[in-house]
Amino acid sequence: MGYNSEKSRRIDGLVFWLYILLCCIGITSIFAATYREGDDIVRSFLSLKTDYSKQAAFFLISIVAGVAVLLMDSKLFTATANLWYAFGMLLLILVFPFHSNIKGTKSIIKFGGALQLQPIQLCILFANLALSKYLSRTETDFTKSRSQMIAAAIVIVPAILAILQSETGLALVYFSFFLVMFREGLPAAVLIIGFSFAILVVATLVVDPNVLAIVLTGIAALVIYLMRKQIKRHKSVLAGIIGIWVICVGIQRFAVPFIFDHVLQPYQVKRIYDTIGKDYVPKDAAAAEDIAKNSASKKNDGDYNVKQSKIAIGSGGLYGKGLLKGTQTRYSFVPEQRTDFIFCTIGEGFGFAGSMVFLGIYVILLFRIVTIAERQRSTFSRCYAYGVASVLFFHIAINLCMTIGLAPVIGIPLPFVSYGGLSLVTFSVMIFILLRLDKDRQMVLR
Amino acid sequence: MSVFNQSRQTVIRFIFAATFLIIVVRLFILQVASDKYKAQALDNAVYRKVIYPDRGIIFDRDKKPILNNTIIYDLTVTPYEVKNIDTTLLCSLLSIDTTELKDRIISAIIKNGRYRPSVFEGLLPIDVQAKLEENIWRFPGFTLVERPIRTYPYHAGAHILGDIGEVDTAIIRRSNNFYQMGDFVGRSGMEQYYESILMGKRGVQNLIKDNRNRIQGSWENGKYDTAAEAGRNLYTSLDIDLQQLAEKLMANKVGSVVAIDPKSGGILAMVSGPVIDPNDLTGTSRQKNYAKLALDVSAPLMNRATRGLYEPGSTFKPLGGLIALDVGVINAGFGVACSGAYYGCSKVIRCEHHNPGHAANLRLALANSCNSYFSQIYRMTVDNSRDHNTKKGYTRWEDYLNAFGWGEKLGIDLPNELPGNIPDTSLYNKVYRGQWNSCTNVTLGIGQDKMQVTPVQLANAMCIIANKGYFYTPHFVERIDNETKKDTILNKFRVKHSALTHIPDEAYEAIHAGMQDVVESGTARIAKIPGINICAKTGTAEKYTVLDGHRIKLQNNSMFVCFAPRENPKIAIAVAVENAGFGSTWAAPIASFLIEKYLTDSIRSEKMKDVERIANTNLTPSYLKRRQFIADSTRAYYYFNLKKDSSYIKKYLRSYRHHEEKQVEKRTVLRQIKKKETIAGTKPAKGINETSTSLLLYRKEQQPDDDSKIINAQISG
Repeated sequence: MGYNSEKSRRIDGLVFWLYILLCCIGITSIFAATYREGDDIVRSFLSLKTDYSKQAAFFLISIVAGVAVLLMDSKLFTATANLWYAFGMLLLILVFPFHSNIKGTKSIIKFGGALQLQPIQLCILFANLALSKYLSRTETDFTKSRSQMIAAAIVIVPAILAILQSETGLALVYFSFFLVMFREGLPAAVLIIGFSFAILVVATLVVDPNVLAIVLTGIAALVIYLMRKQIKRHKSVLAGIIGIWVICVGIQRFAVPFIFDHVLQPYQVKRIYDTIGKDYVPKDAAAAEDIAKNSASKKNDGDYNVKQSKIAIGSGGLYGKGLLKGTQTRYSFVPEQRTDFIFCTIGEGFGFAGSMVFLGIYVILLFRIVTIAERQRSTFSRCYAYGVASVLFFHIAINLCMTIGLAPVIGIPLPFVSYGGLSLVTFSVMIFILLRLDKDRQMVLR
Repeated sequence: MSVFNQSRQTVIRFIFAATFLIIVVRLFILQVASDKYKAQALDNAVYRKVIYPDRGIIFDRDKKPILNNTIIYDLTVTPYEVKNIDTTLLCSLLSIDTTELKDRIISAIIKNGRYRPSVFEGLLPIDVQAKLEENIWRFPGFTLVERPIRTYPYHAGAHILGDIGEVDTAIIRRSNNFYQMGDFVGRSGMEQYYESILMGKRGVQNLIKDNRNRIQGSWENGKYDTAAEAGRNLYTSLDIDLQQLAEKLMANKVGSVVAIDPKSGGILAMVSGPVIDPNDLTGTSRQKNYAKLALDVSAPLMNRATRGLYEPGSTFKPLGGLIALDVGVINAGFGVACSGAYYGCSKVIRCEHHNPGHAANLRLALANSCNSYFSQIYRMTVDNSRDHNTKKGYTRWEDYLNAFGWGEKLGIDLPNELPGNIPDTSLYNKVYRGQWNSCTNVTLGIGQDKMQVTPVQLANAMCIIANKGYFYTPHFVERIDNETKKDTILNKFRVKHSALTHIPDEAYEAIHAGMQDVVESGTARIAKIPGINICAKTGTAEKYTVLDGHRIKLQNNSMFVCFAPRENPKIAIAVAVENAGFGSTWAAPIASFLIEKYLTDSIRSEKMKDVERIANTNLTPSYLKRRQFIADSTRAYYYFNLKKDSSYIKKYLRSYRHHEEKQVEKRTVLRQIKKKETIAGTKPAKGINETSTSLLLYRKEQQPDDDSKIINAQISG
């Protein structure tokens, strides 16, 4: 590929500086969201008592960790990938007996004081490594469905564990790895079917069941009419169409109601209904109680969060109100605004223009990572880079959609920006491993 | 290997780009295309605090403040700030116990939440407030909040100054939502009439609040704030010393006194009995006193000067004489041979005097208050040859009275004035089917029949006679602070009404002479003051009422009108004392003291004894006591029926007319208990029906008593 060998020994500057920039935006936003008039900024930065100073400290820790990563041998990652994954799984299982009880989640282990660990976040990194390792093995033939099954299992197992720990949002993140598999040869049909399934589920919720059934039947009839010549030749096509139709109606009629009634918690169902703008009527007293428990006060209600978040972002206008001038974010109208709803601070403070710049940074970063992925010689590095891009993309898209009312409220942080030490360190290490691998892009890692 | 599936990177890039495009479009819709969120953000965070200005002050003619503002304090509590307080000290200061303290804080949390202040104890007495002020730092979370109230330094003028109260929905609707719930507004008297002047202009302060409604500071540094403008002061013609004297004299009497300066129409004093202390209706004492006063059957809250209707009786006679003179049916020398009664019509009208010549001319007839004379001249006025028609003549006579301001609202600067009653021909046509003549209503000539006036109309008529024809609409307010062209509210009080100046001066002089004789040698000699020529006329009206089904005769209404001095009138007075006796016994001395006080600034020491005697005499009619009992017990019975709680009527079972009353009520109680059982038992609907019918029946029985103020009156001079 003709890369200058000396140049290739250096890390990718664009990704690095974008990463630094995003971290700084994050600290500033947390500062804007939590600063109260009259606080002594210098002292509170040094005392590490405020959220923004803690975030700054974690940023420094991340940099230190990143430098350590850069000093490692890139072969180390391929060699230890499975080990890390095993370690992650161990942690995930240890969570079950040792988790501490904090607001509705069972995924956090506390080590006394402020130190706490959420293994499911760390595991994103480990799963990425393990998946890349599996896909890059010479003996793996990804065209075989057996290999595809194994690859899928690598990401779905932690997702299931996450659901068992009441972290549905983070469980969804693991599905972003299907983009990596897609790149490595997973049939497009899998993605299309998955996507169609999602559309069908949403349609089931939005459209009246009978109307939807009629529409589906209409589509099936239309397809049969259009393909009547092929059907004449091969009767199996007709059987296929009818089979698909039966599956669709079955999903719409039985599967979705079954999932909503038996798999998801009532409060999660309510949040999904809130997002599509429909009223959810709990089917029994227990369900109503569950909703009441998980939205203890009005302020914690997903609907309230999204409403306040939309007001904050919407009131920013074209150019925003300026840093520290937003009334919505300054006076705590948006709950969880330093973590999941951090984008409100940017939307309100800097308006549409600022949001565009902010989104632009993310878009450039994502496209750059894809470019980096494509220039790798080793499959491991490429898969890993795609994994990073997919995970980041999924986090960004869901988090932003959540704040502007396009997705249900599931607690997913905004990478590098949301308050949270572990998530910042995890994402940083992820980026630095990518940079380290990219440095050795001429090497073929196994 | 790496080129394998390479085209799929485009798909992935496309997925990224498409997702971001959706987000961008959504952001555009939220932030640029819609203004709704900006408004909602303001709603969320900006609290418009209304700043209430001080209401204007009202001064008397010597610029003494008679209605002022003062500040009292509410103790408020913000529950979440309450930490480690000295509960025992707080409780001892407020004289409550600790459980009460806890209960109040809990109810504050329920009412207003933990983060907003709620009233812990309202309207603190001064001594408690002073002790709290010293110790307030010991009680974090508790604050003393100012609350301005109205105060009346002279304890006088309750009816005319009026009071303020919270707005009700009707006022809000009428004001096109200018007022908001919780605003205070003048509810009676000058407070109501001059509301627009006194209230000033409300200011608005824009404050930032957080998600728990805690105030965080001002919004945009107060760029959009407006300052409050204090209400403007009013300068009245009221003489507060005269007012205090008049109120003292009217203590424990039912009736009214009105004194007007004839030259300007400015009201010098206006009293309505029973007299109340305006300070009883402000601040801490209001709750205690208001209900009691409102339920009193003697209606102490009603301003009798503008709403009390009285038959003028003999006090009408000067007007009757003037009209007859102007119409031209008599001259000052016209005389009537009265032998103690008027026999011109089928019903005989008695006269106090028998001696021949007591009505030889107008002056003598007025001084002696001859009923025959004034009945005669009334008939002559109405039946005069010029009009050829009694009804035409009556209309002309009625027009004269309307010109005197009777039968119409005067338009004084108090709300809810009554017009009195001067019947017109249509009323008589209706009652007598058109078949009536001057004999039908001949007693109009002596101020009876259906004629009714308010004391302020009576006093205003005296002003017209004193001024020989002109008057200014009676009013209190002479001047507004910083008056501009836009303040049109006082314009109508500055217009000179020359309603009756076409009557020649000689006619007025004749009437003046007769009225002066009333004091010099007639019925009102008691009112004489050396060195001052007073023109006056007494009046006495017999009153009847129905009480417990019997028509009973009450004491006469004591009426008196006058003006002084005759040569250069400075004060015109009308006095009405209900059920007090002769006009000369009570009303005349009251008016005389007021004239003396006003014209010489003091009352002779030998007269002070009389002042005290009158002030200390209780002339409250005795029948009111019985009527009060009926009203109270009826109400108690109503609540007893409503709540099924016999404690409401217990009081009335024991006290009044003990044995009789007890039996009747006891039966009722038993019956009620039975009904209660029915309700609890099998046939609830029937039970309720029974109760309501019996209640209806009961109330029907009571009604005649309440509305039975059938008053009949005859006259004597």
